[in-house]
Amino acid sequence: MLLIPCPYCGEREESEFHQGGEAHIERPKDPYKLTDEEWADYLFFRDNRKGVYLERWVHRHGCRRWFNVARDTATNQIVAVYKMGSKPPKSITSRGTMK
Amino acid sequence: MANTYLRQTPLAHLHLDARAANEAADATTGVHIGERLLLGMINLRGQRSNPDFGPAVKKVVGAALPGVNETSGKPEGVHVLGLGPDEWLIITPTGEEADIHANLERVVGEFHTAVTLTGESMTVIRLAGAHARDTLAKGCPMDMHPRVFGPGQCAQTILARADMTMHQTADDAYDIIVRRSFAEYVWTWLEDAAREYGVRVITGLR
Ligand SMILES: [Zn+2]
Repeated sequence: MLLIPCPYCGEREESEFHQGGEAHIERPKDPYKLTDEEWADYLFFRDNRKGVYLERWVHRHGCRRWFNVARDTATNQIVAVYKMGSKPPKSITSRGTMK
Repeated sequence: MANTYLRQTPLAHLHLDARAANEAADATTGVHIGERLLLGMINLRGQRSNPDFGPAVKKVVGAALPGVNETSGKPEGVHVLGLGPDEWLIITPTGEEADIHANLERVVGEFHTAVTLTGESMTVIRLAGAHARDTLAKGCPMDMHPRVFGPGQCAQTILARADMTMHQTADDAYDIIVRRSFAEYVWTWLEDAAREYGVRVITGLR
């Protein structure tokens, strides 16, 4: 069981949360300009990274707020937690493992 | 609101008054359990970042807006639970919610807010006694050790797979706020979990 530090409530057990898929995926500004493959990439294709992965979580049974989590998919270690709308901490992006 | 003479609490069918009359508590009772009857509840959403919002609410409610997982006011009177960064639950004695709701709507209407009466959808179970915390800990994934959770704090979490809002009202007392449709399940779960400590029903809680 993971202990996840909700940015609002502090550390709670994983059973209070739901994972919401990869973070920082932006809807294309003009979908009609995309090829079918590019549109499918936006809709369906996600990284399946071994290592630090940026994903969205929601404190479903707690404060019901969404936030971002940087989690290592190999060790399950949570490296960082940051609020919706903010960028991942530099300490993570500078490792060069991110897009 | 329903006709008051027809209003029943979500646990009325368990006939807790009769239970309490038959089962007297004694020195061996480790857990006292009862339903706080028909408290008023108002869910408030709003932007704390607006410096005028908190004071405007306080003028009506009589208590300051607490931070997340904190509370303000007295548990027996009007009190406020901090549910999230922009969400609060205002709990009032029976019958006081309508006026407070109307006044809140009038006063905070100029802000970006939502004020919603929610009391009819919930009930409050009071758990008290030397083993109240042990009982809750059996079904709650949260760390409830006094060093991290104490009187005056609240939390939205899980009790035996049901959503609950927990408010520690004293060193050995908790208000458990659950949905009406979960009330009987949570009550029977709590009674079962508390059995080994000696559990007695209390009534007349307001
Ligand atoms: Zn939370």
